[in-house]
Formats: sequence, structure tokens, C-alpha cells
Amino acid sequence: MKSAVAVFPGINRERDMARTLKLISGTEPAMIWHAETALPAGTDLVVIPGGFSYGDYLRCGAIAARSPIMDAVRAHAARGGLVLGVCNGFQILCESGLLPGVLMRNKALKFICKDVYLRVERSDTPFTRGYNAGQVVRVPVAHGEGNYVADEETVKRLEGEGRVLYRYAGPDGSLDPAWNINGAVNSIAGILSERGNVLGMMPHPENHVDASIGSTDGRGLFAGLADHFKRVA
Amino acid sequence: MKARVTVTLKSGILDPQGKAIEGALKSLGVAGVASVRQGKVFDIEIEGADKLRAEAALKEAAEKLLANTVIENYRIEVL
Repeated sequence: MKSAVAVFPGINRERDMARTLKLISGTEPAMIWHAETALPAGTDLVVIPGGFSYGDYLRCGAIAARSPIMDAVRAHAARGGLVLGVCNGFQILCESGLLPGVLMRNKALKFICKDVYLRVERSDTPFTRGYNAGQVVRVPVAHGEGNYVADEETVKRLEGEGRVLYRYAGPDGSLDPAWNINGAVNSIAGILSERGNVLGMMPHPENHVDASIGSTDGRGLFAGLADHFKRVA
Repeated sequence: MKARVTVTLKSGILDPQGKAIEGALKSLGVAGVASVRQGKVFDIEIEGADKLRAEAALKEAAEKLLANTVIENYRIEVL
């Protein structure tokens, strides 16, 4: 799996992401500065990591979404290439038009930094094949604007087309609103693009891949991606 | 030429920041506050004196960057 991590000023999770990609796939990702206009030839997966690109000025992800590298990311997605956006990366993907909707301020107005439980809704996508449908995984979140909002029509389409891949849930997979940490519509934590090749999610699976941290629940996402590319190749 | 772009949340979009400000105004005892919605104001200096061109540029700025039209409306004024 040949991956590339996009790096914007103010991003701070790119090294966690790069370490995880290397650990799981065995291949060092290319780190691509935002001012670049092209991705390395043969890139399978582009990752937009978390952080605070441009200090969250204007709107989270708004300025990064208009940077030169994002044209190359859009072209990669248009060719059917895979794109993963985590946290600020999810916000950037929404702002760039690669995913519908927007991440609003958390309902309780607080920055939330803790482990959450996610229910994996399906396992037949490159981003979830390392899990079973209905499986619950524990991964951390760290965000102030993760409250997913879209118009009614869009939410209906996302649900109808099975494009909600991850939801905030309880340890038993229940969708009680008490587990919906940020107030996202339908407890949405991660969504897929129409073509099924772009995933945006608020939680940080890349931070739960090492047993020394305590949980390795995030490995499945990356192991699934690596497996996907092994099968494609 | 001085211009102003005002960006406001569309109605129906939850505005937790506006709600918090509304709560604070009420707790300060400011009389008659029914509700608060927070928005943004951009004061922009436009080169030249062509008002139509200025408006076109401001519209482009608002559509491309200043507003997220999924959740926000914008208003342009050339002052």
C-alpha cells in the first residue's frame, strides 16, 4: 500500500498517522506539503490527518481545503483512488466538497478529548473490511467541532446508501443519545463518499494501534486498507 | 472601494455559540433579548472604482471561501 499524508500548516497528527501507516502496511508514507500540486506517482491512499490547519481560522478546514494539494487529492478521488480524512482531515474533506455536510461546534460547546466507542456499520468497504459489521471499537476523539450536520435530504441519502460507516455508540453497540458525544445527526462519526472511495471520520483510529497504549482497536481500519490493496494488486 | 460581506447561519442550523451568548446576555440581565445568532463580518478593500466588478469579485469570494453555503448565507454591500 503506497500512501501519502498531506501536511498543512497547523496540522499536528501527521506523525502519528505516518507511524501507523508504516507499522501496519510496512511502507513509509510520503509526506506531501500543502503547496505541492501533485501526489507521488502510484499513490494508492491519500490521508488527510488531524490537527488545526491554519489555526481553524474562518471555519475548521476551510483554508486547507483550498490549498494547491487539494486539487491533486480531488483528481486522485475522481480516478477512484482512496482518501481517508481523520478529524481536521474530515473537516477539510467536507470543506473541499469531497464529502457532503459540515462539522459544527460540539453541542455542549466543549472540546472533547477521550476514548469513545464506535459501532462499525458494515464490513464490505476498504475502510472497514478489517472489522465485522456491528463490531464495537474503542478509539480516541479530540475535537471541538465534530458535530456532523447535513440537510435532511443528504442525511437520508447517506443512510439509504449505507454510507454511514461509523457511529458513536455504547460499549454494547447501543445508539443511546448519551453516547453521541458531540450531538452529530444520527450519531454519525464517519461517512463515505458517493463512490465509496473517500472516508471522513472524527475519531483517531491511528492512535490505537500499539498494545503499549492499551488498545489496538484502530488497527482494523489500516489492516483492512492494506489487505484491500494486496487483493487489488 | 470599501465593501462588506456579512455571513450568517441559515435558519434551522443549530448555533450553539449563539445560544451560549444568548444565555450570557440573559444572565447579565440585558432586557428583551429573545434570541442570538452569531455571524461573521468581513470588511474588504476593493481596488478600482467599478462597482459591478467589485460586486462580482465579492460574490466569488463569498461563494469560494467566505461562506460555506451548506450552512451559511451571505450578503454583499459595496459601501
